[in-house]
Amino acid sequence: MINNDNSKNLQQAVQEARAQQQALLIEGSGSKAFYGNTPAATENSRVLSTGEHQGIINYEPKELVITARSGTPLHELQAVLAEQQQMLAFKPPLFSSGDQQATLGGTIACGFSGPRRPYAGSARDFVLGSRIINGEAEILHFGGEVMKNVAGYDVSRLMVGALGTLGVLLDISLKVLPLPEAEQTQVLECSVQEAISRMNQWAGSPLPLSAACYDGALLYIRLSGAPSAVTSGARRIGGDSLDDSQSFWQSIRELQHGFFKNDKPLWRLAVPADSPAIELPGKQLIDWGGAQRWYIADKQNKDNSYESLYKTIADIGGHVTLFKGAIDAGVFHPLPESLLAIHRRLKQAFDPQGIFNPGRMYREL
Amino acid sequence: MNKSELSNKLKHFLPAAAIISETEALRPYECDGLPAYRKMPLLAVLPQTVEQLQQVVKLCYQENIPVVARGAATGLSGGALPLENAVLLGLSRFNKILDINPLARTARVQPGVRNLAISEAAARHGLYYAPDPSSQIACTIGGNVAENSGGVHCLKYGLTVHNVLELKVVTPEGELVTFGSAALDSAGFDLLALMNGSEGMLGIVVEVLVKLLPKPERAQVLLAAFDDVEKAADSVGEIIAEGIIPAGLEMMDALAIQAAEDFVHAGYPRDAKAILLCEVDGTNEEVSEHSKRVYDVLTAYGASEVRTARDEAERLRFWQGRKSAFPAVGRLSPDYYCMDGTVPRKQLGTVLTRISQLSEHYQLPVANVFHAGDGNLHPLILYDANTPGELKRAEDFGAEILELSVEVGGTITGEHGVGHEKIHHMCVQFSEAELEQFRRLKVAFDPHGLLNPGKVIPQPKHCSEYRTIGSGSHTHSASCSH
Repeated sequence: MINNDNSKNLQQAVQEARAQQQALLIEGSGSKAFYGNTPAATENSRVLSTGEHQGIINYEPKELVITARSGTPLHELQAVLAEQQQMLAFKPPLFSSGDQQATLGGTIACGFSGPRRPYAGSARDFVLGSRIINGEAEILHFGGEVMKNVAGYDVSRLMVGALGTLGVLLDISLKVLPLPEAEQTQVLECSVQEAISRMNQWAGSPLPLSAACYDGALLYIRLSGAPSAVTSGARRIGGDSLDDSQSFWQSIRELQHGFFKNDKPLWRLAVPADSPAIELPGKQLIDWGGAQRWYIADKQNKDNSYESLYKTIADIGGHVTLFKGAIDAGVFHPLPESLLAIHRRLKQAFDPQGIFNPGRMYREL
Repeated sequence: MNKSELSNKLKHFLPAAAIISETEALRPYECDGLPAYRKMPLLAVLPQTVEQLQQVVKLCYQENIPVVARGAATGLSGGALPLENAVLLGLSRFNKILDINPLARTARVQPGVRNLAISEAAARHGLYYAPDPSSQIACTIGGNVAENSGGVHCLKYGLTVHNVLELKVVTPEGELVTFGSAALDSAGFDLLALMNGSEGMLGIVVEVLVKLLPKPERAQVLLAAFDDVEKAADSVGEIIAEGIIPAGLEMMDALAIQAAEDFVHAGYPRDAKAILLCEVDGTNEEVSEHSKRVYDVLTAYGASEVRTARDEAERLRFWQGRKSAFPAVGRLSPDYYCMDGTVPRKQLGTVLTRISQLSEHYQLPVANVFHAGDGNLHPLILYDANTPGELKRAEDFGAEILELSVEVGGTITGEHGVGHEKIHHMCVQFSEAELEQFRRLKVAFDPHGLLNPGKVIPQPKHCSEYRTIGSGSHTHSASCSH
């Protein structure tokens, strides 16, 4: 594994961008370039690559903590953890292909979590600390390598999902967990209503659930933990045991399942887990025990107006993301003015000159 | 604007009983759970509706009067310590559980609802609210959010930040905003994460949507006695290495064991130098399997005795000893000072040895009670505020413990917050550039600096003074005992 501290060069690049009033488009390997809005500035901007800033700085399995540089390829990091029978429990998607191997920094900046999320927690839940470069080109350290830390504001968690608009991630400390000793997936045939109610009911009973997904016909329930607990849980759930559990969940996590094989835009609807089936023209796949619904519309709206989709989902307490696919719509759910004002001021607080990824999240940021 | 003018204006939208301005009536509000620091507020107000609260905050905004929010005031860092020129905003009347949704496993509650009341209300659905600070019978969920409170089960089930889905917050301008959502995430920056642990500096929480978890089928506690504190500390890492995340993993030293035993008769071995309480939970089969493995690890790593709770009553008794450790130690001495550093687990032994040396140096006894699973120490320094110089010695001793925590790679506060108490030590943990980033973040939420000013983030001059004088030499003008 490469061990290369590139923070000084990255800091210098930010200093230069500041002096020349340049925008920096932060990139790890480019594996998630599809995600987010197209950055606003194109004339006076350049790519800042964190890809060479690689390596594990500290890993002590007994402490349940790993600290690594942002450019560290995620698959390498996970391999190191697996050697010690540990894992990143939010099991993020990689979306890697060819040279574009997902990095830790990109994963945290996007705040992605896999099917385990509703039961184990999200990417931000596992972040313990970070070192960043802010818009003043200062290297700052927040949080740390301990499980509990309430000294100062939780800036490290603020960075998760901020798409690099508040700073360049240098190093990230994460809580890790033991790999489950056993895992098994049960498959049952049922209607969408039944699927939603079962996923929620089981999540409210003491079963070792670690994933729950409905593909339109079949309900998939994964159990993880002590072998005896998994066996008895599977008995309670019923249905048939899935032969290749691992590759199924990988296909859901990496959006490679048949459902996603499509050129149309892919919408992500984050909704309360117990929301009944959402009537929309097109097809849906339900993950995260009901809380994440992937949606592919039948056809594009003629006037490119997605107001009614935003409204339908907001009315049930959720929000919409245009996850993949280019159409003339904002990628992220519009914010009410009161929240947008806080966002603008936060951006100002971290990146007063607007250097980092302008427009990638919202046009105003 | 003077006190009576303000009081008159408040009467336009608050009943007279919700405005407290007489000195004697204000007395109960002069401190929180850290009574060594006391101050009288300008006024205390106890609104009952969100609209009233918004009007209070709007008025204060217009008149440039600071606001200090307060829940049950069980906080241990002086975070709710009033300011002489500020309105103390009591949230005790926001005490309703608005909704429990058993299918979605959520509870919507007002900020003044007690932590334990949520679990009690959810119990009939087989659900509970996981974070359980020792003060859970009294502390409120709003305060838990402000401090990002933990408890004895947070290694496995997380802190407040991991168990809150959505917050309704009143901004310093008096506007009502929502952070987070009933879904598992929300659009934009993670303002929800930022609010947790922000100690009333960024907004006033007026409604909380918390996550509920299914009650585990079974829980079992093992009690291990050790004749050496370091051995006990080392066995903690070995349990983790076994691939088991205990639901709770707590440690107490000899002084704490004896105090707890005298107080609640928990059945602890009195002659032990340290005990470890390890709870495993899950399905019936899982608990049997894990208890056996934990038993083997503890025995292999030198426990002189390992007991498994024979029944639920004994399990609760084992925990009662731990949960009442603070008041139990409180009986040993007129006053005690509770510290809250967190250190990497591997440093536990070293840090405990160093604390016992410091205890000799300062001539003040110390009892150690802590969340060993996540390295969060709670040394309780015993002192008598009526003996001249003892409070100062206790503070200096505490300051050294905090600096030691930072030195070994930890933090000055794991769950009690910085508040008023540890503001100087922020200068030890953070650089001036980092503190300046915190100040700018605060301004993004509170441009006029009206929410709980003077807490948590020190001003540059504080740090330069603190660093020049050197650690442990700062003085406070505190004079009371609890």
